[in-house]
Amino acid sequence: MSLVVAAAPPVPLDSTAGRYVAAAYIVVLALVLVYVAIMAVRAQHLEKELAELRRDVEAARAGGEADPEHEAVLAGERRSV
Amino acid sequence: MRTALVVLRKDLRLELRTFETVPAMVLFALVTFVIFHFGLNRPTIDGQLAAGVLTVTLLFAAMLGINRLFVAEREQGGFDAFLLAPVDRTAMLLAKAGALFLFLVVLEVIAIPAFKLFLLGPSLGPPLPGLILVLALADLGLAVIGTLVSAIAVQTRARDLIGPVIGLPLLLPALIATARAAGPLLAGAHPATAPPGRWLAILALYDVVFALLAYAVFDFLLED
Amino acid sequence: MQCSTSSWRISTPSTTYGRGLRSLSLATIITIAAALALVFFYAPLDASQGFVQKIFYVHVPLAIVSLCGFVFGGLLAIGYLRTGDRRWDMRSYVAIHMALIFGVGGLITGSIWAKASWGHWWVWNEPTLVSFLIVLLLFATYQPLRFSIEDPERQSRYASVFSIVGGAFVPLNYLAVQLATAYVHPRVLTLGGANLPPSMGLTFVVALIGFALLYVTLWKYEMAAKNARSQVRRLRRTLLGDDIARPAGRSAAPS
Repeated sequence: MSLVVAAAPPVPLDSTAGRYVAAAYIVVLALVLVYVAIMAVRAQHLEKELAELRRDVEAARAGGEADPEHEAVLAGERRSV
Repeated sequence: MRTALVVLRKDLRLELRTFETVPAMVLFALVTFVIFHFGLNRPTIDGQLAAGVLTVTLLFAAMLGINRLFVAEREQGGFDAFLLAPVDRTAMLLAKAGALFLFLVVLEVIAIPAFKLFLLGPSLGPPLPGLILVLALADLGLAVIGTLVSAIAVQTRARDLIGPVIGLPLLLPALIATARAAGPLLAGAHPATAPPGRWLAILALYDVVFALLAYAVFDFLLED
Repeated sequence: MQCSTSSWRISTPSTTYGRGLRSLSLATIITIAAALALVFFYAPLDASQGFVQKIFYVHVPLAIVSLCGFVFGGLLAIGYLRTGDRRWDMRSYVAIHMALIFGVGGLITGSIWAKASWGHWWVWNEPTLVSFLIVLLLFATYQPLRFSIEDPERQSRYASVFSIVGGAFVPLNYLAVQLATAYVHPRVLTLGGANLPPSMGLTFVVALIGFALLYVTLWKYEMAAKNARSQVRRLRRTLLGDDIARPAGRSAAPS
């Protein structure tokens, strides 16, 4: 810990100048972190959507034998892929 | 070019028959002068303050015209008719900008004397040619940008909001230049007779750039 | 119309924005870390402003990158109007979106700098700050404009026109505000950096590169995320024949 303090940049936090500079850098850091948080939420949504998609596709595959229309769609897909 | 004249003539005839837009703009400007008189609590104003009041009033009055510019086309299917006709689409830009420019000129012909009567302290005589030059350049910018903004806004859901909200920031540099160029002309003590050159240059540059830009992108606003 | 058919076809090789993202992120981290180190350990204290001047290394790069981002968005929008490919609209949207975030950062840091060195949160004679505010006010209307157009194709077209006009507006506006500003305060720091001592100049350039890299990284990241989502939607449509699986919230983003 003392090493970190010793290596820390010479920010005169006791002066107003130091506080303003710190505030400016904190604002930038906070903006980036807010962005990271937003992207985290989006990643979560994407994960959920993918899971839903997998579940629905598997359900369609399982129930597909009884449903000729769905089967045709899936078969057509398989051909084109 | 002929198409533009035809559309322009149609717009002017429509305005002459209905008296819808220009009288509203003029009335708005007059009422705004009265509000400024009481708001500032001064019998007369001069210098940069006068230039600012004049610019702001003309801008907001112009905004009324800009909002109305394409409404008839949209409501009565003028767009479809225009798009079906085998004509250059830039003609619409030319015609509408021309109509807006003429509306603004009419507005100023009435509003400037009223401004002198209600608010302006110093004499308007000596700086008048300079003021006309500044206002002509400003009107050109207002007409071009106004037409562009109006064409964008008219197809949106909240068109009465979108128009001013996009238009005002877009017009800001032109307004700065107009107000600053007109300031010395309306000065109380030693009014200049010629507007400062660099502001005229900015206004002219602004007009040219946006005219070219509007010419380049306007087609895409009509394509449907 | 040719754009919609191509975007529906799943067999067309689609762009992957994630490629190169890792090395780009690394470069960003290294450059920004280097810039921070230079700012606090290497660059000398400014003779007239003292320690407060360190805000310059974050405010001015943010401002420059943001303004360039708006212009970049306008250039990408030209791509949409030329090709009618919705992907260009998406690129332009993300570029403007990112530039707005950087712009807010630039505005706040600029305001803090103004307070620290001149005692006011807002000064009208700092042209970077003022022209910034105007540009931000203009581009803040980009999202409301998208929101209020329902037809997606028209939304892309109108937003592109707006971006191009806005992109051209940025330098013009800067010029007008620069000229309008009376230089009451001595400007030790100009964008050219001509009157910066070389050590400060070096620090500034590294910081500028760092923020530019950050912008590009975040742009690619966002593009990759949006691309991934739209691929999932498309997959859902082709596999299950669904209509668009419920739009997640209200968004003006191109899809």
